[in-house]
Amino acid sequence: MDATITLHVDGEEHRLTVDTRTGLLDALRDRLGETSPKKGCDHGQCGACTVLVEGRRILSCLALAVSHDGARVTTAAGLAPRGDLHPVARAFVDRDALQCGYCTPGQVCSAVGVLDEAARGWPSLVTDESGDDPGEGAPVPLDREEIRERMSGNLCRCGAYTHIVDAVESVGSAGAGGEAAR
Amino acid sequence: MRPFAYSRPRDAAAAVAEVSADPEACYLAGGTNLVDHLRLGITRPGLLVDLRDLLDDGVEEMPGGGLRIGAATPNSDLAAHPLVRRRHPMLSAALLSGASGQLRNAASTGGNLLQRTRCAYFRDTAAPCNKREPGTGCSALEGHGRHNAVLGASRHCVAVHPSDMAVALTALDARVRVLGPGGERVVPLPGLHRLPGDEPHRDTVLEHGDLITAVELPDPPRGRRSAYRKVRDRASYAFALVSVAAALEVADGRVRGVRLALGGLAHAPWRARRAEEALTGAPATADAFREAARAELADARTGPDNAFKPALAVATVTAVLRDLAARGDR
Ligand SMILES: Cc1cc2nc3c(=O)[nH]c(=O)nc-3n(C[C@H](O)[C@H](O)[C@H](O)COP(=O)(O)OP(=O)(O)OC[C@H]3O[C@@H](n4cnc5c(N)ncnc54)[C@H](O)[C@@H]3O)c2cc1C
Ligand code: SF4
Ligand code: FES
Ligand code: FES
Repeated sequence: MDATITLHVDGEEHRLTVDTRTGLLDALRDRLGETSPKKGCDHGQCGACTVLVEGRRILSCLALAVSHDGARVTTAAGLAPRGDLHPVARAFVDRDALQCGYCTPGQVCSAVGVLDEAARGWPSLVTDESGDDPGEGAPVPLDREEIRERMSGNLCRCGAYTHIVDAVESVGSAGAGGEAAR
Repeated sequence: MRPFAYSRPRDAAAAVAEVSADPEACYLAGGTNLVDHLRLGITRPGLLVDLRDLLDDGVEEMPGGGLRIGAATPNSDLAAHPLVRRRHPMLSAALLSGASGQLRNAASTGGNLLQRTRCAYFRDTAAPCNKREPGTGCSALEGHGRHNAVLGASRHCVAVHPSDMAVALTALDARVRVLGPGGERVVPLPGLHRLPGDEPHRDTVLEHGDLITAVELPDPPRGRRSAYRKVRDRASYAFALVSVAAALEVADGRVRGVRLALGGLAHAPWRARRAEEALTGAPATADAFREAARAELADARTGPDNAFKPALAVATVTAVLRDLAARGDR
């Protein structure tokens, strides 16, 4: 069964008719030619398909396209609109945070989400919540343990993890990068 | 995947009417469990009724005390909410120990409660499974059993409930608001999730068409501290082998109040009433905690692959309660 939807992808508006069974990832890749989000598993287990929807990082393989009618989607490619690398992507290159590169667009989108979430004061499982007022919402500093926990939904078969943590840490301490999520 | 129609009703009542009228319809929330199941062929609906924008997605204080959590509240927003972090640290921690940042951003409170087991045979449509296809048998009885239940299982199903959030809500005496074809009602936790018995295809007491609209949480008594600890095969992004949600109030070295629920052990989040009773009024010592946990696990039944679970559960309960007792006032 078909449905006609609108998707705003990396600043461009697309109107398309999709089968209701189409995942957002397949709509992006096969229908709109946006191939930076990758299909690693199609079951929510690897993070290669991570994109930002309304600024939040989600897995596009477990999202149905029809359910995202009207959504604003940012892919890793869209983080570099004029060909300049986004600070997070730049850090991945500078820190040699990839080997084959298949997981990288998902890692970069996820890292942009992590920087935004930490800036808004969202805790992770390893955040120390024992202070006077854990709900006050101060930004969470991103040390290596925080980065590892927050990035755990992005697997890398090449095992580039150590450098990925380096890359995110370098952007996190520079205080840049998360605003692209908004 | 079987083709399905898609609908986006205007309000909750219309959604309930649509699903109730069609035995092949089901609700779609964040989709992080359902879309996976569509793709695996576990669920084959003819109509998806999308709940997007029709349920509350925030946390508010109720007039008589307590918190009301809209069923559409994403797991990440719930975990980060100031009132949840202040009043129910165990709930925030349970949410943050589940899935990944991306999944928690999409997953809803209602969908999390109703996510289905991760039993590998349930997810493999080539394997017999009483939960997926009643009467075909249970492949997990003779198969890989590392994750199998040790409490409250039946010979028809030995699967465990996968949700971390539900374990915390079970310890916190949460109440689920349900809108069904016959009107609104309240279902308490524990009480929402079932043990398998001879109907393992029924995860919960809800009927077709029932819609979760909100979860209500009573306020904790003064001086209560709470925590959630999850033990798993890797440090993050893995389901629990054993998990413990615990809340404790100690006065003059004795346990004044305790709430304890266990995950990874049963078909439903396991409220440890026997341990709670044994501990109330008892000295707040590691020995007392361990003895109560042992009593709770006394009826555990294990196989060769999951024989470690009772001892792991006892050790985890003891450690969590001991840490809570040793902590200051929160
Ligand atoms: C790789 C992976 C790892 C994960 N790890 C964990 C983990 O460690 N711990 C954990 O707890 N969870 C984990 N999860 C599961 C995740 O938490 C659930 O998928 C999620 O909470 C489901 O919420 P949803 O809104 O996406 O539900 P959906 O997928 O949309 O729906 C799930 C079910 O609930 C029904 N439903 C949804 N909302 C309502 C409602 N309001 N009323 C009635 N019925 C409703 C749907 O019909 C469907 O049957 C993991 C998931 C994945 C993919
Ligand atoms: S344990 Fe339950 S879910 Fe797993 S195969 Fe047996 S019947 Fe199916
Ligand atoms: S392709 Fe989406 S998580 Fe693997
Ligand atoms: S760089 Fe190859 S999978 Fe990560």
